[in-house]
Amino acid sequence: MTRRLSAGQRLVLALPFLWLSLFFLAPFLIVAKIALSEGALGIPPYAPVLRWTDEGLLTIVLNLGNLATLVSDPFYLDAYLRSLRVAAISGVLCLVIGYPMAYAIARAPQHRRNLLLMLVVLPFWTSFLLRVMAWIGLLADNGVVNNLLLAAGVVSQPIPLLYTDFALYAGIVYCYLPFMVLPLYATLSKLDPVLLEAAADLGARPWHAFLTVTLPLSLPGIIAGFMLVFIPAVGEFVIPELLGGPGAQLIGRVLWMEFFINRDWPMAAALAIVLLLLLVIPIAWFQHVQGRASR
Amino acid sequence: MQQANIARPGSAEPWRDPEAEPYVRILNVTKRFGATVAVDDVSLDIYRGELFALLGGSGSGKTTLLRMLAGFERPDSGRILLDGQDVADVPPYERPVNMMFQSYALFPHMTVEQNIAFGLKMDGLPRAEIRDRVAAMLELVQLKGFEKRRPHELSGGQRQRVALARSLVKQPKLLLLDEPLGALDKNLREQTQFELVTIQEKLGITFIMVTHDQEEAMTMATRLAVMNHGYLAQVGTPAEVYEYPQSRFVAEFLGTANVFEGLIKAEGPTGALIESTEFDAFFQSDTDPPKPEGARVFVAVRPEKMRIRRAEAGELSGTNRLIGTVRDIAYYGDFFMFVVDLPEGKSIRVSRPNLARLTELPITWDDRVAVEWEPFATVVLPE
Repeated sequence: MTRRLSAGQRLVLALPFLWLSLFFLAPFLIVAKIALSEGALGIPPYAPVLRWTDEGLLTIVLNLGNLATLVSDPFYLDAYLRSLRVAAISGVLCLVIGYPMAYAIARAPQHRRNLLLMLVVLPFWTSFLLRVMAWIGLLADNGVVNNLLLAAGVVSQPIPLLYTDFALYAGIVYCYLPFMVLPLYATLSKLDPVLLEAAADLGARPWHAFLTVTLPLSLPGIIAGFMLVFIPAVGEFVIPELLGGPGAQLIGRVLWMEFFINRDWPMAAALAIVLLLLLVIPIAWFQHVQGRASR
Repeated sequence: MQQANIARPGSAEPWRDPEAEPYVRILNVTKRFGATVAVDDVSLDIYRGELFALLGGSGSGKTTLLRMLAGFERPDSGRILLDGQDVADVPPYERPVNMMFQSYALFPHMTVEQNIAFGLKMDGLPRAEIRDRVAAMLELVQLKGFEKRRPHELSGGQRQRVALARSLVKQPKLLLLDEPLGALDKNLREQTQFELVTIQEKLGITFIMVTHDQEEAMTMATRLAVMNHGYLAQVGTPAEVYEYPQSRFVAEFLGTANVFEGLIKAEGPTGALIESTEFDAFFQSDTDPPKPEGARVFVAVRPEKMRIRRAEAGELSGTNRLIGTVRDIAYYGDFFMFVVDLPEGKSIRVSRPNLARLTELPITWDDRVAVEWEPFATVVLPE
């Protein structure tokens, strides 16, 4: 099917393409180029890929060493796997906590829903960094939680909370929960309550009706929410850096270290490219599922 | 309007038998939502095998009554007995009652087959039996070959049949239908009316149907109840309610009626004579007056029971005769509807079947006409 577009339509369509080319494709190509170059001492700290030799020939020097190191060195592989695991567990935790919240909001009286939704989004009104810092104040050895436990006599000395996996998950779940609740709310509020009446009428007890009707029909929301938590959590840097223990060597931290401590830009770029490729697979699958659901 | 009730060969009339045991008993049931009384002290007996219609406008309480039978609402007071068992405290998922929803409420993520099998699965029936019963239902509603389709791949009529099959497959003691034909277009609706009645007779399941469409109620129901503001205005067979309305509301809700006001003039063996308080005329009926002499009553006369002809010069209104001028003639195809203005400022409707083909009507606009009817057509309304 061919269709002639007017000049105005072309312009409107061209704008997002231009935007994506300038601010997404171009930086991506630059990062890819750095990933394939050799490290060097200087500014910038890498050797150019395209070089003129003394004989006046244009040569392309590609360095695949960084990518090879990523695959062969278990340090990087571990960081990737740990990141994926932490992101997946965070996604599941957000789902378990967020589903009842979204369900309750969707079933609340109409006039109260907006207030409840606003409360979910309220944390966004303050800085992300400040909110993560606040968890340090809560979880530190002389923090709010330990002081309360000591005062109540539950424990005799502070229990280590900060710089543990618990603090890491608490931080991630806390920060990303709204991204789970909002898409879940969107699908649950669209669910026709008559379908639940029909299920009850046909003999389904409330729990069965939930499993056979509500849950499958909210699947698009579950997938959307999970992806919105999982994808940013894989590359998360701030939360593991501030709350996680020294063992929480997630890929975001490794990347930061390569970039700012080791000043190995090509290695950092290679890490970023592989991370992107890892995430493209679930994102593509997510797009596919969303496309099918909206049909 | 003048369709005959779909024939029910050999159908008994258990409601006329004082010995017959009602199958569904609604006893003094009241339901309030806040300050509004949705169902107001309703008592109703329905017999096994009936196709009973609850007829009323929006807000008449018919749907609330149906939802109480299904178990989605609890009566504030009163009792509901189903086959002798009080079901007030039985949750919907334990009632031997199924409902066909107005929106059909088909599960969009399940195929036709899975939708129909849902209720049987919830009962934990063996796989083979579920398969057989679903297949039998698909045959009954003529949807063989559509097993694997999803609801959004079906037409409105097919969806309606899936909903029917899903609600019938559990062989409920009672099937509730909420505006079963409301979402279908006119031709399909007529055809489906017959199919529903055929299926109901074949299975022998008691149906209670809610509708705002009087034609649907009249053609399908064994008996119907006209509801208004939460109370039962009248209960009876379609013919009884149409021919002997008890109140002005019923006379005007079911079909068209010309309603007049008058005073009862004389009681006698020959029926009632009522003197109009609106014009210089009398209404003669062949039934006994419901109230003593001098009482104020309403009189209803159906348009199809009136005759219309050109008035003779100097002719005046009299007993069962009104003189007026033709203001409008509406052509419906199968009949004409005349709107006749009476000199006293009221207008009446008279219909005339379209017996010939495209002939000149002997009566035209602005003609002075006489409208007459027999005493049996005069219905004196008791309320």
